[in-house]
Amino acid sequence: MLPALFLLTLVGIWQLAASTGLLADLFGLEDFLVPSPAEIGEALWENRTLLAENAWVTLREILLGFACALVAGIAFAIAMHLSGFVLRSTYPLVIASQTIPIVAIAPILVIWFGFGIVPKILVVALVCFFPITVATLNGLSSVDPEAGKLMRTLYASRWQIFRRLSVPTSLPYLFTGIKISIVFAPIGALFGEWVGSSSGLGHQILQDNAQLQTARLFAAVAILSAIGLILFGLVALVERRVVTWR
Amino acid sequence: MRQDTRVKLEIAGVGHSYGDLRTLSSLTLAGEANEVIGLVGPSGCGKSTLLELICGLQEPIEGKIAVEGNSASEERLGRCALMPQRDLLLPWYSAIDNAALALRNQGIGRAEARAEAATLFDRFGLAGFEAARPAELSGGMRQRVAFLRTLIAGKPVLALDEPFASLDAITRAEMQEWLAAALRADPRTAVLVTHDVEEALYLCDRVAVMSGRPGRVVAELSAPHPRAEDRDGAVTDPGFVSAREQALRTLHQTLRGS
Repeated sequence: MLPALFLLTLVGIWQLAASTGLLADLFGLEDFLVPSPAEIGEALWENRTLLAENAWVTLREILLGFACALVAGIAFAIAMHLSGFVLRSTYPLVIASQTIPIVAIAPILVIWFGFGIVPKILVVALVCFFPITVATLNGLSSVDPEAGKLMRTLYASRWQIFRRLSVPTSLPYLFTGIKISIVFAPIGALFGEWVGSSSGLGHQILQDNAQLQTARLFAAVAILSAIGLILFGLVALVERRVVTWR
Repeated sequence: MRQDTRVKLEIAGVGHSYGDLRTLSSLTLAGEANEVIGLVGPSGCGKSTLLELICGLQEPIEGKIAVEGNSASEERLGRCALMPQRDLLLPWYSAIDNAALALRNQGIGRAEARAEAATLFDRFGLAGFEAARPAELSGGMRQRVAFLRTLIAGKPVLALDEPFASLDAITRAEMQEWLAAALRADPRTAVLVTHDVEEALYLCDRVAVMSGRPGRVVAELSAPHPRAEDRDGAVTDPGFVSAREQALRTLHQTLRGS
């Protein structure tokens, strides 16, 4: 409730400052370059078909990229958990890979995979992979060793210990990783579109920027942010259904 | 009731160490069928380690441990059930699913495992709490579920590691009575580690006093009224009181000696 109230106040101040021309004067800009929230809302409504089409393109990239990262991240974390060799030989590289800025790789991905959806999915997946992998690995290794011993006295096989003890223990960690990655995923999609695309919210933002369509640009940004928020909310909802013991 | 006179548990000259730290040395102890043996001793004397050794979770560096005549660790693991100090109930399972874990791990279907556990829930005062999550249970209830989980494993030897250490005095006395009743109804060979001499003398047939590290058995006392129905009567009985004093004296001597 409080964040909503705060946001509303900010939007109110912005509306006032922009509609009176105060904000534009402050920056020394033309009025149309500093749209008010009402103007952005108008742009949102007028361009709803265009925005919806582009949002769908971006959302698809986000979901596909995230799904790839989820599968690969969990699989990789399990491999590292089960094999000391895999852990020792790859974990430092996984960490090191995070020092390479995604923005720098994105153009190469476009060169390799063209202007289609593939490089966008890859960028999103790269962004999401790390938090999911590290969180899952953390969860798997936080299993209480005493509980593991107890399970062995209760006839549990290695697989049963994994399924009945390790997996549930790691679930809350996994969801933390998912929540972090899902809010970064739209940024990944944006980067992917910026280096080469013909549709999507990122593509549209670039166009609006070039055409000084600031109100529509803000509208696209608002939609991108809303996508992130809604996805986060959905994840939180799923988490509450799955991790019922917290 | 099983009438088995074979020696269930045989520990002979056992030694153990964690790296350079010597935890147990020439420890010898034997348990007969359906006998409950108490283990008391100073903190860090290797009581919990001994239970893990018995259960086949660890290997001694010297000596022999045999459960029903089998000394291989896998054989011991198959014959001993451990009740750890903390209840370690899995928070994602209901009380009954926690209790039935051993059945599920043996490949028995959920419905059948629950049905089998449910009969014990009725018998041991847990009826109505089948679906409760561990977090919804009181400390005493959790220990009951943890004990049933150990019992349902159906193993001949139980290793109980300070099962009531985390409970308040009143609940602890209640739980001692409850465990005594449970063991009267379903006798097992058990090793009970405890800090509480009175608890050991009430619940066990025989109490082994251990020395400080490296731990070994320095004295064995037989209890006057093991698992008597009237706990309050039993623990105030002159025979019990003198046994308790003797046990405490022995403990103090070993503490001073180590």
